[in-house]
Amino acid sequence: MFYREAGDFKTSYVADSQTFPLKLDKVGFWVTMMVAWGVIPFIITDYWASALLVPFLIYAIAAIGLNILTGYCGQVSLGTGGFMAVGAYACYKLMTSFPDVNILIHILLSGGITAAVGTAFGLPSLRIKGFYLAVATLAAQFFLVWLFNKVSWFYNYSASGQINAPERLVAGFAVTGPASPAWAQYLVCLFFVTLCALIARNLTRGSVGRSWMAIRDMDIAAEIIGVNPLRAKLSAFAVSSFFVGIAGALFFAVYLGAVEVGEAFGIQKSFLVLFMIIIGGLGSIFGSFAGAAFLVLLPVALKIVGVDWLGWPTDLVAHFQLVIVGALIMFFLIKEPHGLAHIWGLAKEKLRRWPFPY
Amino acid sequence: MKCKLIAAAVAGTLAAGPALADLVIPDLSYRTGPYAAGGTPFSDGYQDYFNLLNARDGGIGGEPIRIIECETGYNTEKGVECYESTKGEGALIYQPLSTGITYQLIPKATVDQIPLHTMGYGRTSAANGEVFNWVFNYPANYWDAASVMVNYLLEQNGGSLEDKTLALLYHNSAYGKEPIRTLEQLSKLHGFELKQLAVDHPGQEQKSQWLQIRRERPDYVLMWGWGVMNQVAVQEAANINFPMENFIGNWWAGAEHDVTPAGEAANGYKSLNMNRVGDLPVFGEIKTLVHDAGNAAGDGSNLGSVLYTRGMYAAMLASEAIANAQAISGVSDITAAQMREGMATLNITNARMEELGMSAIGPEFSVSCQDHGGNGLGIVQQWNAIDKTWVALTDYIAPDDSVTGPLVKEDSAAFAAENNITPGCL
Repeated sequence: MFYREAGDFKTSYVADSQTFPLKLDKVGFWVTMMVAWGVIPFIITDYWASALLVPFLIYAIAAIGLNILTGYCGQVSLGTGGFMAVGAYACYKLMTSFPDVNILIHILLSGGITAAVGTAFGLPSLRIKGFYLAVATLAAQFFLVWLFNKVSWFYNYSASGQINAPERLVAGFAVTGPASPAWAQYLVCLFFVTLCALIARNLTRGSVGRSWMAIRDMDIAAEIIGVNPLRAKLSAFAVSSFFVGIAGALFFAVYLGAVEVGEAFGIQKSFLVLFMIIIGGLGSIFGSFAGAAFLVLLPVALKIVGVDWLGWPTDLVAHFQLVIVGALIMFFLIKEPHGLAHIWGLAKEKLRRWPFPY
Repeated sequence: MKCKLIAAAVAGTLAAGPALADLVIPDLSYRTGPYAAGGTPFSDGYQDYFNLLNARDGGIGGEPIRIIECETGYNTEKGVECYESTKGEGALIYQPLSTGITYQLIPKATVDQIPLHTMGYGRTSAANGEVFNWVFNYPANYWDAASVMVNYLLEQNGGSLEDKTLALLYHNSAYGKEPIRTLEQLSKLHGFELKQLAVDHPGQEQKSQWLQIRRERPDYVLMWGWGVMNQVAVQEAANINFPMENFIGNWWAGAEHDVTPAGEAANGYKSLNMNRVGDLPVFGEIKTLVHDAGNAAGDGSNLGSVLYTRGMYAAMLASEAIANAQAISGVSDITAAQMREGMATLNITNARMEELGMSAIGPEFSVSCQDHGGNGLGIVQQWNAIDKTWVALTDYIAPDDSVTGPLVKEDSAAFAAENNITPGCL
């Protein structure tokens, strides 16, 4: 009754192949866009931006990237943290070497540099797969972190090894640096999320996405019917690393402002993004958002409930966070192995048949 | 059900509600994670001292102190979240006890105008108060520590370290890399060879570094470690039979929990300390007025340990600064800007420390607009594994300001240039 397909006829191929064919979906999407672009920037506070929304948006981009690689193309990758570091350090070197160029261009370029690095580290995928590829990407993770610690050119020879994002302006407003207002940080991240989600959605719906999914499902059969595995796998690595690099650049420049590679881009980060896409749903763009929201908001919500409302000691709450997040991960994987996106899809299916479920 | 929900929501807003007129001290602590062994006693000492002031004196200048604890786990993102969630409550001072979080907060605290006290850690060049108006790191910093270690070794070696080898075992982070520049300068000055051995976070894997030490046999090993790295290092040193009296850690690598796991083998391990440890009268007061009243910050077992003493010392410096700020501004409910004034004109004397029941807990020093770093004195202490105590081997040793001074100027000038800051006093 709510999701009505009956009576909704498409009269052109373009309308038929649109990404949200159902009216309610389209309406929902545009309402979300309007709230995100038109309402939230006016009511956002420093705390909401720095603790919740900005990290959510940034991890959503990283999750979309990893989802393309692992969810759509089936190449398990544990190198996400290292690739985010590549994006961050590329952005830092570009910002300090070309201070007059707009930060948005720098972020796109760092995505491009990360795509190149990701393609290079994706070469092992042409020979090995599954668990072995995970180990090869793990090597990428550790190598990249070691590289950024060891070679002082990357952090401009500073004594501490930390990189700091200098202040940069977009349309006269500071988006990096400590004086940047919360809404400016939020809007920059939202801009990149919209861009990345649009590109990802259309790539995965098209022939490139189908070739990725063919490789994921049965790569030998795919090769036999004419899907070029080299092109598919390396393009998956390239596109995925492009998104992950943008996420890393935003993480450094907009969200944190100062980053130490061992602490910010360690193996924990790779696992975190992997958990996001597993909980959210492999092979789904909405799943990347759902997983990112789950893993960013849940610890903060638990902290607010535990410390502010219940008044428990902080270390008890921090330990409980780990227990509860782990338990929820296990619960989701047992009850719904295909993640939150599948739960969402099921809910929409039921709404289409409401009030006649079966 | 609906009524209960509404009632709960109202209660929630009321509980968060009224801004009480009191002194808000946020405590960005870490009681979880690989560095919890160090963070827990420090936070215990920090909070117990403020609770003592509340219990004994009714606060400072009649204003009660309200502590807000927030768990960071030594993690930068959580540190930022804790900062953002507490700064709106009228926070007077931040002491994150983490160099990584400090680097994050320096630009933010400067813009939000809340002072940052990074006592013996953080960004060393913040000693230059003209560039870092809102950041203080008295009474000593890492470059002072490196210089104090070298001065102590010079004294042990009759004034000359020519042809000696010093190995620096450091935590591979901003914290551990801090002394490298100073030690390189000092090695050029005094003629010793400096080897650098990095240990990745969290520091549990040190076999290859100690294998290298066993092979190359440096004369002295200096350690810049924290958390679990210290315990592993002491154990590994004992495993390769490295002479413990030639193994010197900095003041964050010299606590009881760092040496007790290795047992008797850790006997003779030395470290720096910026405080004098011992049985101070103030511990007795804390025991009776805070712990026995059920108000202890942790479980009360850390009373008197090295890091507990240091946390209490940090709280004492903050409360003296608050009292100073109240005296300067004439109001008791001070703002963060007035707190900064109080810190920038702080003067700690031996008589005052005696009065507070912690005689000679730290050196005498005074803070000025140009000098936010104090005089950098530290003592060398040695672990006695049989009596399980730290014995002070020296009195307060001074660093070599002719080496550290120019480095501070250079680094702070670079920071000012990068961030378009015009040096000057507020």
